[in-house]
Amino acid sequence: MGPESFIILLYILVLASYLGFELINKVPPTLHTPLMSGSNAISGITIVGAIVACDVLDYGSISKWLGMIALVLATINVVGGYAVTDRMLKMFKKK
Amino acid sequence: MNIFIQIAYLVASVLFILGIKMLGKTKTARKGNILSSVGMFIAILATVVQVEMISLTDILICVVIGSAIGLLVAFKVEMTKIPEMVALFNGFGGISSLAVAMADFWLNTQEKSLVVDNITAVSVAVSILIGGITFTGSMVAFLKLNGKISGRAITFKGQHLINLVLLIGAIGLSAVALGDFSNADYMIALAVVSLLLGILVVIPIGGADMPVVISLLNSYSGMAACATGFVLNNNVLIVAGALVGASGIILTQIMCKAMNRSLINVLLGGFGQTATNVDGQEGPQITVKEVGLEEAAQIFDSVSSLIIVPGYGMAVAQAQHAVRELSEICEKKGILVRFAIHPVAGRMPGHMNVLLAESNISYDKLIEMDEINDDFGNTDLVFVVGANDVVNPAAKTNPSSPIFGMPVLNVEKARTVIVSKRSMGKGYAGIENELFGADNCLMLFGDAKQTITKLVGELKEL
Repeated sequence: MGPESFIILLYILVLASYLGFELINKVPPTLHTPLMSGSNAISGITIVGAIVACDVLDYGSISKWLGMIALVLATINVVGGYAVTDRMLKMFKKK
Repeated sequence: MNIFIQIAYLVASVLFILGIKMLGKTKTARKGNILSSVGMFIAILATVVQVEMISLTDILICVVIGSAIGLLVAFKVEMTKIPEMVALFNGFGGISSLAVAMADFWLNTQEKSLVVDNITAVSVAVSILIGGITFTGSMVAFLKLNGKISGRAITFKGQHLINLVLLIGAIGLSAVALGDFSNADYMIALAVVSLLLGILVVIPIGGADMPVVISLLNSYSGMAACATGFVLNNNVLIVAGALVGASGIILTQIMCKAMNRSLINVLLGGFGQTATNVDGQEGPQITVKEVGLEEAAQIFDSVSSLIIVPGYGMAVAQAQHAVRELSEICEKKGILVRFAIHPVAGRMPGHMNVLLAESNISYDKLIEMDEINDDFGNTDLVFVVGANDVVNPAAKTNPSSPIFGMPVLNVEKARTVIVSKRSMGKGYAGIENELFGADNCLMLFGDAKQTITKLVGELKEL
């Protein structure tokens, strides 16, 4: 990676972090647990990297196996995270 | 770079942002979560189309296994155990970021014998460091929360020095690894040190501080994904990771504020140990007034406003449903019923709200501390269920109390306070509660679930 692409990525990081702070500051305490488990599911985005890492055609490759382990764990994180968040939010009712 | 794939990643990023925005309102929250999951699905799909056909089976197998486990856990888990589950999933996110960064590094330097540039190598090291700490730290938090290991702060001499040495060692290893890519031993050693560091950093932190720890680890898992984004030069990882990182940091701050502790103070650990020592020589014995069920029911019957203050003890006693019945019968009698929720009432931010929502209590009755604290003065009756430290007036009046300065609910200002409590045991901070000795405070001893169920029975007869 050259300095140019690094700077672009850094821009994305800084702007996205700022946006994150702005958005999350507005979330009321009532929803903090679903917010955390929902954002936890988002942090499973590393699943994208895991899929790429699995794409090696040699079963003798250590990096392929690392990728496959990462893929299973990231999928648990993503699928479980979204499912449990949905389960919780379903319960929030106003009578 | 395939333009369509990049656009798909952009769409995914926007959906994550919109999803989090919608999570901020109770009405739209569920849709927001679904939107964010659609974003994730698009990102996954855009990635899968890039891979070789032959790899597809392997990928599918991994995804099916992961989804099955994830769904099983998500549908089986009890709401009281959500903090454990979040800790566990957090850890999985962290270790997979570590594994992806390591896989990429290994593929390039060991299997393809390429030279990676310094920026990528530093990103790999950061990814391994944060991912490793997130994984083992989350596992320790998980084990502490579900009681497999002691929830007490585990401290030993030279603890902080060891952590410091390990951290310096980790930075040193990263520097050496940068100088010699052909030798992967340094990165492996870095992974080992990071994993060790995660254990040692969380082990001295006591159970009461777990809400802070979970929030912080949540933030770390985002940062680890971010670092992996730099390794893979992938924008969507950076956007998603940054959002989660920010979210975790804000929740950490809120939790620290709610306990009047600095983050450094929490991380240094040991809280809840010194307090018990101080206790031995502490002043006057508190004499409490007990109240019987019948008398308590009569008090409930005579008031026109009631605030219920639930604490984690209520969830431990599984008394949420009994509490809901109590609130319903009181409302039928024309009493204004509200719930006062302290930010650290549960084991993670917002946990108490989920527990009460599960037992079918309308969310507009759950009022946060800052909004309800001025109302205690003109309230007839406060009913405290399984809460202790968060209603201790010593936090306002006694500068020598370990919880002095912590924002607490002003329950003692109400005309009458009834406290449902198993025994005279102490709260998480291990200190006496002056509230229980107050003139307007009555103790209703016994198991919360049984007592409240009986109380509801008495009220029905009145």
